[in-house]
Amino acid sequence: MNMRRTQMMLTAVGMVLLAAMESYVPSIAETTDSTEIMLKDFMFNPTPLTVKAGSTVTWTNMDDEPHTVVSDTGMFKSGGMDTNESFSFKFDKPGTYHFTCSIHPRMVGTVLVQ
Amino acid sequence: MSDDKYLLARRNALKCMAYGGAGTLFALSGGVFTPIDLAVAAVDKQGAARLGKPLFVQISDTHIGFNKEANPDVAGTLTQVIDIVNGMYDQPALIIHTGDITHLSKPAEFDLAQQLFNRLRTTEMHTVPGEHDTTDATVTEYFNRFGKASDNRGYYSFDHAGVHFIGLINVLQFKPGGLGTLGEEQLAWVAADLKGRSSSTPIVVFAHMPLWTIYEPWGWGTGDADQLMNSLRRFGSVTVLNGHIHQIVQKVEGNMTFHTARSTSYPQPIAGVGSGPGPLKAPGDQLASMLGITSVSVVKHPSALALNDRALV
Repeated sequence: MNMRRTQMMLTAVGMVLLAAMESYVPSIAETTDSTEIMLKDFMFNPTPLTVKAGSTVTWTNMDDEPHTVVSDTGMFKSGGMDTNESFSFKFDKPGTYHFTCSIHPRMVGTVLVQ
Repeated sequence: MSDDKYLLARRNALKCMAYGGAGTLFALSGGVFTPIDLAVAAVDKQGAARLGKPLFVQISDTHIGFNKEANPDVAGTLTQVIDIVNGMYDQPALIIHTGDITHLSKPAEFDLAQQLFNRLRTTEMHTVPGEHDTTDATVTEYFNRFGKASDNRGYYSFDHAGVHFIGLINVLQFKPGGLGTLGEEQLAWVAADLKGRSSSTPIVVFAHMPLWTIYEPWGWGTGDADQLMNSLRRFGSVTVLNGHIHQIVQKVEGNMTFHTARSTSYPQPIAGVGSGPGPLKAPGDQLASMLGITSVSVVKHPSALALNDRALV
């Protein structure tokens, strides 16, 4: 009886843990599903950003200084983005895509498409 | 303190501030630049007179379109600069703009800049683009307006009053890490352009990004400038003028003088201070002392040029 009660309690604890994990797992999935890259303090963040094929990535400039997003291969190129302006590009095929800011070329970033 | 004494003290303090903000004169004689403090030059009228007629005025980094806290009115400060130039006793023969005419390469920004430039009494203006002028997707807005002089290549040369001027473009390709690049084609063109010219010809080279490395982590330099210097080294007087960093930095190497101009828009931090080379909010009412132009005069024609930086106040 005592053992059975303990087992039931453990099962209950396990179910709570499982429920906790279930509610936790989707939030991790949300983070990895993010397709946003911020340009702040002369850096791309995050970099590299991993997305699924078919995702549209959006870059947003959070600095007072304008920035651009220019693909190393010429695949995409934003115009000058002022503060709070954004640029988006859809990645159809898996691969590694490097880009820079043409105004501040030491700013470099990568999108990994799976 | 009586009012008179107070006013006198205040006047002297303002005078010192004005000279302090105005910077340093550089006189070149026989290939050697001699720095003259502006305060001394102003007292020594003969010394100032020896600086001669202004050959040209360098305007840089007007950033029309910028509207942030560091200067919400860049059209206003450019207008003040134009008033200073128009008020010069001897009008310069030329205006040279060393790039970043606009902030975001937008047609309306270029149009406003041109409207303002049209107020200059000196009508001959030569330009090179900055990286802010070439951010439009097709890189055509600058060249549609200013590309004619260079046949849309961005680099060109001309002669004026016995001085050979070379305008170069170093903002279209970048070395990994951020330094500007001139490129093989442009470097070969410069070598050919200089070939056969007498070494006694004074040379003025102007480009947007510094043609020597001031601070590599922020891309303040041009990766292949050494090759350019090889073509220039034999000349007795070479003056290299740049913008881009919104502050005065100078270097003298042999017969070559390197000089970056103040902007007319907003100051930037000194190399390596802060997260990057963005707009700097000037403390209190100091903005005007951090903006300005450079005028270049012929001191001892044809072998000598003098540089004079002037702030808005």
